[in-house]
Amino acid sequence: MKHARLIALSVCTSFAAIGAADAAGGEAKDVKHHHWHFAGPLGTFDNDALQRGFQVYETVCSSCHGVELLSFRNLGQKGGPFHLDGCPAGIPDSVDCSNPNENPVVKAIAANYKFQVTDGPDEYGEMFQRAALPSDRIPSPYPNEQIARLANNNALPPDLSLITKARHHGPDYVYSLLAGYEDAPSTIEVSPGLNYNPYFHGDLSQNLKPEYLDEHGHAREGVDVPLGGLLAMAPPLSDGMIEYTDGSPQTVEQYAADVTEFLMWAAEPKMEARKSLGFVTLVYLFILAGLLYWSYRKIWSDAH
Amino acid sequence: MSGHPSTYNPSTGLEKWLDKRLPIIRFGADFMDFPTPKNLNYWWTFGGILTVCLVLQIITGVVLGMHYTPHVDYAFASVEHIMRDVNYGWLMRYLHSNGASMFFLAVYIHMFRGLYYGSYKAPREMSWILGVIIFLLMMATAFMGYVLPWGQMSYWGATVITNLFSAIPFVGESIRTLLWGGFSVDNPTLNRFFSLHYLLPFAIFGVVALHIWAFHTSGNNNPTGVDVKDVKKDTLPFHPYFTVKDGFAIVLFFILLAAFVFYNPNALGHADNYIEANPLVTPASIVPEWYFLPFYAILRAITFDLGPITAKLGGVIAMFGSIMVLFVLPWLDTSKVRSMRYRPVARLWFVLFVVACLALGWLGGKPAEGIYVMWAQIFTAYYFAFFLIILPLLGLMETPKPMPRSIAEAVTKPKPSEATTASNAVPAE
Repeated sequence: MKHARLIALSVCTSFAAIGAADAAGGEAKDVKHHHWHFAGPLGTFDNDALQRGFQVYETVCSSCHGVELLSFRNLGQKGGPFHLDGCPAGIPDSVDCSNPNENPVVKAIAANYKFQVTDGPDEYGEMFQRAALPSDRIPSPYPNEQIARLANNNALPPDLSLITKARHHGPDYVYSLLAGYEDAPSTIEVSPGLNYNPYFHGDLSQNLKPEYLDEHGHAREGVDVPLGGLLAMAPPLSDGMIEYTDGSPQTVEQYAADVTEFLMWAAEPKMEARKSLGFVTLVYLFILAGLLYWSYRKIWSDAH
Repeated sequence: MSGHPSTYNPSTGLEKWLDKRLPIIRFGADFMDFPTPKNLNYWWTFGGILTVCLVLQIITGVVLGMHYTPHVDYAFASVEHIMRDVNYGWLMRYLHSNGASMFFLAVYIHMFRGLYYGSYKAPREMSWILGVIIFLLMMATAFMGYVLPWGQMSYWGATVITNLFSAIPFVGESIRTLLWGGFSVDNPTLNRFFSLHYLLPFAIFGVVALHIWAFHTSGNNNPTGVDVKDVKKDTLPFHPYFTVKDGFAIVLFFILLAAFVFYNPNALGHADNYIEANPLVTPASIVPEWYFLPFYAILRAITFDLGPITAKLGGVIAMFGSIMVLFVLPWLDTSKVRSMRYRPVARLWFVLFVVACLALGWLGGKPAEGIYVMWAQIFTAYYFAFFLIILPLLGLMETPKPMPRSIAEAVTKPKPSEATTASNAVPAE
């Protein structure tokens, strides 16, 4: 329960920064539409992309952003990035690798994760740090909001567990934001610690340089307020920064697409089960509808 | 329950014994045997669909209640626990949230059907009034249910709507405090909303029983609005004729529900509700669920003070008035003709009324500024004029078309030019 409280509290506060920026209400550039493997009624997650996406998250994003609703075991559950149907060679028969808690890949990821888990109290009444187990939640970078803000120039990095569902056109938005950093337009002043992104929802009318303002502080005629906004997050990705082992291109676009795919899975881990159950359900309902319509015609044939 | 003679004959000893003490089998048999006008069209299947919706909401809701935690610190996380760790929890939750939307879609169609065919007129006033009570209870239930996941829109929607009550003179502030259980939307609010959200569906269930009892006493209305003259010629037993027809329609409705639940479960929701409630951060725009948008538009259409009535109070009066007017509708409509099939002029005003309701729904989702406010005011004015001016006057002034002498005649003879004059917004068979 304690853990749940911590999660609830930090999720609660962790969206504050972006929420505030949203509330400012400015125009942002229309999101780029990426062709997602999970799109459409038959779309599934691309498992390789999920694995690469987790790699991007773990290497880059996790330094500032948590995914507090995820446990390590989720990575090994059916449909998860590291799910195994059977064990790799060299593992005793008694191990059931399809069980996320026994999955050797997941166990290794948990044990070697960059953050440890706070456990306790031990027999001396002390809390202690230990390596994570598959059953643990994935630890977040900051123990509380205050430390997170201290470390980030008073901005709060939002938790990413639900980010692709918590934004309009979520996956396209996250992808566009990550791959869409540009040099700031010459008309605006960017204060230190902030970064321009055309896809971020902000209000740049307050950031126009003085020479573009009239005496009332409004934009002069013919001066357009640029689309987008300023955010605390510096461009997190750069070409070649993460080494892929499967030969995928090591570009910002590829990293952004992969981590977005992973975050979509993190937000909706039951999507594949949902779509496949939906298919069976619809087939069943259509057959039932046909039978009922036939019964209806038969029963009503003598009614008039 | 019904006004027709019972045809049930207890055959076994046990049935005879039971029939003298608790005639529950007779009740069921009479219900199934109920003489139903043979000309009911598919618009009449929504009653059955709504009953199924209610049962579906109660079943999924009871299961969700087993895993949900009504506490501001845990509610959001417990919903995600349901989505991630409870077996088929995602299915229960998506059925419940999309089921609510489908419930309202069905109830709106059901109400428009009642309006078009004059089902509120004598002798069915009680059925209609009970229906309006069900609608009010549904709105209260849905509103409180939307607060439970404790997302941003839950919290801020609850704040906006509960604040409305403070506009009521003298007692408003006290009512708001009572709703909140404190001095802002907080843990006591969430607790009482959960309690009431669990209670009200059973109240709805009770009123539904009365609603059905009432029209089983008066008999069903039908597309001609003509009374049943000859039970043999005009009606068919409810079972199997209408159980199979309703069953077919219910399955079609399930296909629509399944399309949302399995392939677009968040399409009718708002992205902000996947952000946990934060009293310190107001969302860019606070929008209710789609099924409340027409009423939200009416609320915001009153932007001017009227003497001692402030714009805020005026908006609240208009919003509640838009539902209250339905209670007196049976006495506002002066026409003796029930079905608008024989009221060509009323039919045009009705089409305009449907357009006004849809337009108000669209405007409710737009910011309350500029041209949107003006249009909301125009359609709000038409909404009330339809009930308070058009229907009372039209009944006195119009000349209805000739009606069939009986339901049987309507079924065997071609209908009056309905098919040629009806626009696509008008119910057709």
